Amino acid sequence: MTRVLVLILGAMATVIFALIVLVILPQSMLGKLKTPPQLKPYTLQEARGREVYIANGCIYCHSQQVRDPNITTDIAKGLGNRASVPEDYVHDNPHLLGTMRTGPDLFNVGSRLPAKEWHLAHLYQPRALVSWSIMPAFPFLFRYKPVAEPGDTVVHLPPGVAPERGVIVTTEDADALVAYLLALKHDYPAPEAGQGETAANESATQDNAQENAK
Amino acid sequence: MTSESQHAFQQPSAQEANSVYEDARRDSVQDHHQNRISLAQTQAWDASSRTPVLLGFVLALLWLMLGTWLGDISSFKFDWPDLWVTEAYLTFGRLRPAHLNVMVYGWASNAMFAVALWMMPRLSQTRLHWRRVAIGGIVFWNFGVFMGLLLLLLGTSDGMEWLEFDRYSADPLMVAGAVLVGASVWKTLLARRVHHLYVSVWYVAASFPWFAIIFTAGNLPLYQGVESAAVNWFYAHNALGLWLTTINLGLIYYLMPKILGRPVYSYWLSLIGFWGLALFYALNGMHHLIGGPMPSWMIATSITASILMVIPVVAVGINQHMTVVGRFGAMRYSPALTLLVLAAMAYTAVSLQGIMTALVNINRVTHFTHWTIAHSHLGLYMFVTFSLFGGIYYILPKVLQREWPSARLIRAHILLSVTGMVIYVVALGIGGVLQGLSLLDASQPFQASVMAAKPWLLTRSVAAVIITLGHIVFFTHVMWLMLMNDTAGKNSASPFHAITPVLVELRRGEGRHQEGKTS
Repeated sequence: MTRVLVLILGAMATVIFALIVLVILPQSMLGKLKTPPQLKPYTLQEARGREVYIANGCIYCHSQQVRDPNITTDIAKGLGNRASVPEDYVHDNPHLLGTMRTGPDLFNVGSRLPAKEWHLAHLYQPRALVSWSIMPAFPFLFRYKPVAEPGDTVVHLPPGVAPERGVIVTTEDADALVAYLLALKHDYPAPEAGQGETAANESATQDNAQENAK
Repeated sequence: MTSESQHAFQQPSAQEANSVYEDARRDSVQDHHQNRISLAQTQAWDASSRTPVLLGFVLALLWLMLGTWLGDISSFKFDWPDLWVTEAYLTFGRLRPAHLNVMVYGWASNAMFAVALWMMPRLSQTRLHWRRVAIGGIVFWNFGVFMGLLLLLLGTSDGMEWLEFDRYSADPLMVAGAVLVGASVWKTLLARRVHHLYVSVWYVAASFPWFAIIFTAGNLPLYQGVESAAVNWFYAHNALGLWLTTINLGLIYYLMPKILGRPVYSYWLSLIGFWGLALFYALNGMHHLIGGPMPSWMIATSITASILMVIPVVAVGINQHMTVVGRFGAMRYSPALTLLVLAAMAYTAVSLQGIMTALVNINRVTHFTHWTIAHSHLGLYMFVTFSLFGGIYYILPKVLQREWPSARLIRAHILLSVTGMVIYVVALGIGGVLQGLSLLDASQPFQASVMAAKPWLLTRSVAAVIITLGHIVFFTHVMWLMLMNDTAGKNSASPFHAITPVLVELRRGEGRHQEGKTS
């Protein structure tokens, strides 16, 4: 090659082509998803919990997706009763699909492990409840107090993990994170039989749903 | 390049009256075999880019050491999950993205700025234009990386892999930085005094606008739900394909023939490699979401494009292999060549591995496992980092006008890095597959997948320590080179001086002039 113009135009053409195919086209199609009626928007506390989840990088070990049963055993392993579809994520920004399962998938953790007390103790010290766990402990989401004050949520810890005197109480971040985890329930039936792209096309006219999705 | 260039094109030129072949032949050899460039001239070009090149390398090395430490601690936390858990900024979920971002944007990108700014004047046969703009760009960029890192450790993250840095403070600074460095690169290119654009120029010059576009697109706050996943992986894969890969391929294409004193094997393969990469790589991203909640046509597009990547990868692989073939012995004399050859091999290996992993029946095992981490280190370390190490070993003595003080330290560094990374990739690759098979087996509890990976994670930590030792050796050596007395350095002989006469087939008596030429 001897021409700079060929180089720059060619280079721009390829990357813009990819941008259209993988970003602009999907945005126009996926922007028209309709919200499943059973999928509630996050409450303020759950949204804060989601921020805690992001800030502390839970995504680097936990995914939030149930994959296609034709190629995986996600459903057989109890991660959910169906594969996840684009509509399940309409309230999510950013997405937290994840790329690692060093820890288990959390797409339906709210149905699988519904006890708040379990989550609080598990976050404070995972190995207190799951001996083989390699999850980090998150003591910085909790406070030590000599005596619990009114309004405090005391974490119930097994002996050996609990402090000898005094109590471990939650911070707002810990409460919010657990509220978010408990809200991760996607056991309602999949809209449009799980065909994400079909749903996107068919719901193109439903403008009111768009408002929710945006 | 030498008159040998013509050998590579004997076949095309044999097909007479074929003007396309004839044009290409002229295109690729014309300027180079006619040009006789003096050592003084090359030194003048190196001098014009000296300040930004040194700045880029020094900052890159500081980030490398920090990133190494972050990676080590992240790795140790798998083995000792209660290590340093009391402070939020030391939690695994912050140190791990900090490691990735520091390595990609701090270490690799800074070193790539330096490499690009050093190559462009030589390839354009003119001084570096807009030098101050380039320096400003590097400064902006590093402020951006620093701010992004600080906010990330304090808990402000955009939440998407490779895009964690804050989109309102860190990212605009980084875009500005890349654009300014790119402006200097392009200004130099437009002021070129050669007709022909060497293959390295295609890669390096295209990388800057590519990066600015994908990084900006990836960080726009416009996407919701699974769209943000599409944009996330569009960006993250292209950060590899259209930024890290391209500048380093440009570097390998420049230095490998130069050190060997032998032209690139085939101009046509270079062309296929470049345009094939530009066309197919950009579409690969969705293979990170196979089986996930994405429209199936998007994933199918990416799997198809991933498979098509065979074409440019094999083209580049053959081209670079045939350039070196028969001269592998030269690696004994040149640490830069050793590292560049390893990097080129790793590029072929990691790309073929990546293509394989994009196939659904393999992806169903390896997805969500440590295999991915092994794969990314094969790419980002064996390919990108080795290529940049090689570049530094070659470029720093040229820019500083003095040789590396110790051949032993170079050997120690290469040995530690190669050993560590081979253990790393093999151990984590095995661990990842075992973990993946366990995750896929419906009869096994989740615990089994953790147990399957555990010993291999510990092995990885051992590998990380070995690599860290290599980095300490390297860092010490660079500091020694930079800070040592000028006059003493100039007088000392190169530990690898033997390379020029041994490698270049020349007529008697022509020996030394060869060193000053550019390809």
